[in-house]
Amino acid sequence: MNLTLKVWRQKDASSQGYLETIEAKDINQYMSFLEMLDVVNEHLIVEGKEPISFESDCREGICGACSCAINGKPHGGHKGTTTCQLHMRYFKDGDTIVIEPWRSRAFPVIKDLIVDRSAFDRIIQAGGYISVNTGGAHDANSIPVSKEIAETAMDAAACIGCGACVASCKNGSAMLFVAAKVSHLNLLPQGKPEKDYRVKNMVTQMDEEGFGNCTNIGSCAEVCPKEVDLKFIAKMNRDYGLAILKGESRHKPDTISIQAELSELPID
Amino acid sequence: MKLDAKIPSGPLELKWDKHRSDLKLIAPANKRKCDVIIVGTGLAGASAAASLGELGYNVKVFCFQDSPRRAHSVAAQGGINAAKNYQNDGDSIYRLFYDTIKGGDFRSREANVFRLAQLSLNIIDQCVAQGVPFARDYGGLLDNRSFGGAQVSRTFYARGQTGQQLLLGAYQSMMRQVAHGRVKLYPRTDMLDLVLINGHAKGIIVRDLITGEISSVAGDAVILATGGYSNVFFLSTNAKGCNVSAIYRAYKKGALFANPCFTQIHPTCIPVSGDYQSKLTLMSESLRNDGRIWVPKKPGDTRHPNDIPEDERDYFLERKYPSYGNLAPRDIASRAAKEVCDEERGVGPGGRGVYLDFSEAIKRLGKRKISERYGNLFEMYERITGENGYEQPMRIYPAPHYTMGGLWVDYNLMSNIPGLFVLGEANFSDHGANRLGASALMQGLADGYFIIPYTIGHYFATAKEPKSSVNNPEFKKAEKDVVNMIKKLLSVKGKRSAVSFHKELGRVMWDNVGMTRSRQSLETALKRVPEIRDEFWQNVIVSGVNETLNQDLENTIRIADFLEFAELLALDALEREESCGGHFRVEYQENGEAKRNDEQFAYVAAWEYQGIGNKPILHKEPLYYEYVQMATRSYKSMTDLL
Repeated sequence: MNLTLKVWRQKDASSQGYLETIEAKDINQYMSFLEMLDVVNEHLIVEGKEPISFESDCREGICGACSCAINGKPHGGHKGTTTCQLHMRYFKDGDTIVIEPWRSRAFPVIKDLIVDRSAFDRIIQAGGYISVNTGGAHDANSIPVSKEIAETAMDAAACIGCGACVASCKNGSAMLFVAAKVSHLNLLPQGKPEKDYRVKNMVTQMDEEGFGNCTNIGSCAEVCPKEVDLKFIAKMNRDYGLAILKGESRHKPDTISIQAELSELPID
Repeated sequence: MKLDAKIPSGPLELKWDKHRSDLKLIAPANKRKCDVIIVGTGLAGASAAASLGELGYNVKVFCFQDSPRRAHSVAAQGGINAAKNYQNDGDSIYRLFYDTIKGGDFRSREANVFRLAQLSLNIIDQCVAQGVPFARDYGGLLDNRSFGGAQVSRTFYARGQTGQQLLLGAYQSMMRQVAHGRVKLYPRTDMLDLVLINGHAKGIIVRDLITGEISSVAGDAVILATGGYSNVFFLSTNAKGCNVSAIYRAYKKGALFANPCFTQIHPTCIPVSGDYQSKLTLMSESLRNDGRIWVPKKPGDTRHPNDIPEDERDYFLERKYPSYGNLAPRDIASRAAKEVCDEERGVGPGGRGVYLDFSEAIKRLGKRKISERYGNLFEMYERITGENGYEQPMRIYPAPHYTMGGLWVDYNLMSNIPGLFVLGEANFSDHGANRLGASALMQGLADGYFIIPYTIGHYFATAKEPKSSVNNPEFKKAEKDVVNMIKKLLSVKGKRSAVSFHKELGRVMWDNVGMTRSRQSLETALKRVPEIRDEFWQNVIVSGVNETLNQDLENTIRIADFLEFAELLALDALEREESCGGHFRVEYQENGEAKRNDEQFAYVAAWEYQGIGNKPILHKEPLYYEYVQMATRSYKSMTDLL
């Protein structure tokens, strides 16, 4: 089949972007969407033109690198499917396909279809972990975790950090991403001790990164390729509310500073 | 060069304990004066970064992805082994050790493998403490399954996403150290060279993938955790970005490359559908528990599989290996599939595929039961192929999946270059000639969480090398070499894309150095690879310039390295005149089964670089087995499926 692509081209973060029309010829239905772009790019390269920059790595729907909005829908809008798993049999000869990067203030475009999602890493850095040093963990079976809790935590932990939730949200909110990590860790007994700090610090960081507010529309869960449930946002709101009511300090004492002080002592 | 593996003395089960007490320590105040460079953020790299950061080292971490959480460990599905014996089914450290040594076809070190089995226990404890949501039973305790034909249930799993969850655990621990200022993160950065000063690894040359800037990073030790090289075959189950460049550049700087010919082919992948194919997708091997593998008896039979009557089907694994049928070991099952396709009995587009049929299992157990067991895999298959595996047989074909070979390291995971450590799939250490299912994750985490934190301190305490600076002429020279290489690539301005060369290389490697190898096929590869490489340097076209985000250039640099490395892989396969594990030489078989040659080849082949086009020097590290007997991997009985 032959297709007309309207692809977002943008030289770099500071340049103005535009939609370029590129013909994709001799595409077959067995190709994945990204393989179709590979074929287009190979033609562009040989013709001495600039290929389309887009992100991908594992190409099996788990690394979260791929990220285009296809005809306005993040990952193309098929249930539980990332762009790399989307196949060309969903398109027909003569179709026009509009391909754009994620659109969000917190995800600036770097080039063409590539955006900067490092805000997600900084949110994890703010509290998306359990403070346990390597070594010294006690036996894995010493704390039983009910199957139900473990399964729910896994449902939340399935998030691949792709950012489709943000891209689909009219407010550019990252609530589903943050809620998934908060819920995963706050549900488990191992994560309980830092429950309040975690949710407060992560939410604060999310706001500082410039993500928008949540208005409970649910488009995020609709496009999530891992089908992370909207209920986790409710859980996060509850955890956040409780943490605020408890009125503890917003940031947790920095454990490392204690260690750093210790290491100032001359021991050799 | 004399290879010293530095295996500690004493009884096998006490070696690591004794060694840990013998290793020298660094005082806390001095740790923060040590700069550690880590390349790669998969399980090995991220776990090392987290652990070293916690200890107080100054860690700099590099990855080419936009976020460290995307490293390819994320894609591992099955699980992670540990000799916990929670199931009371007779597992033990010794048994996991023995299974791993034997599965590796007696081409790995006893001491390393025993340590791996010991550390498997700590890994599970650590990961649970980090909040990895492993599967649990109704009592709230951890669930296990048996994997890859093991006789005990020792595999821990988090649905079909174990790699993802373990990686997130390590990544989160690392991000905690980033928050504490102990780890500094450099995503979207490619390592393009290793810098040695006074014979010690003292830094790397990197390219910023957004600006194209080439710069030097100085450190007191360099850790490479950059994964495997399956993408030398172009099509593999590896991610698009997986490459050999970091370890290959280290090899060119004098690090020995060990056993490059030990590559693993996974039998249950979704077949190639056309020339445009960019990668292959693996489906869990567990499918073979209930699926029956067959091809039509008649060559070139194009009928729909459901129209082919029972007596015109060849269930070739059941026929050839009646005692264990469809559960034949990975390498056996893969080669058998290739054979029937070579007889033109393969199915699907291009004829490189065999059927994996669930109709009988569905009749026996019901669709619901099958869907409970494999539902997510059936969905994945349908998403990719558009075919419904419940209604017609799936099509599968083997694909390159994992590489056991890698840079040579001693017991401390240090290469022959002092200060250069290599972890995870990038080293050669623990899997011998063949890796067992669910052992890759175990090794990556053992290396990063529990080995490197001890051994790197010993290096710092004993090497006492002066600090290096990026103003050192060695850095300037290496930077210049990288800049010149990039200039050279950009100036070819030929007619063929780099990808077209990669595909051509992949075909040559797959056809001649893939599942089966012969003297003749390897000599063909050794002739063809330099020809492709020569044409590449005369006829490649790279778009754009260096000073910008340029994915074509990134990729071309990696392909240039694959074009050199492929020759080393083929050469190693040629020199190893035996069949063992994933390395099958058609000349060395007995009744169709691999024939190992312990008298002549019970060694690690470690290669020393001598310049492009020159034959590298082979160094041999003999393998001794004090505790296990070198047995033939037997495929005769149901109790022996490793």
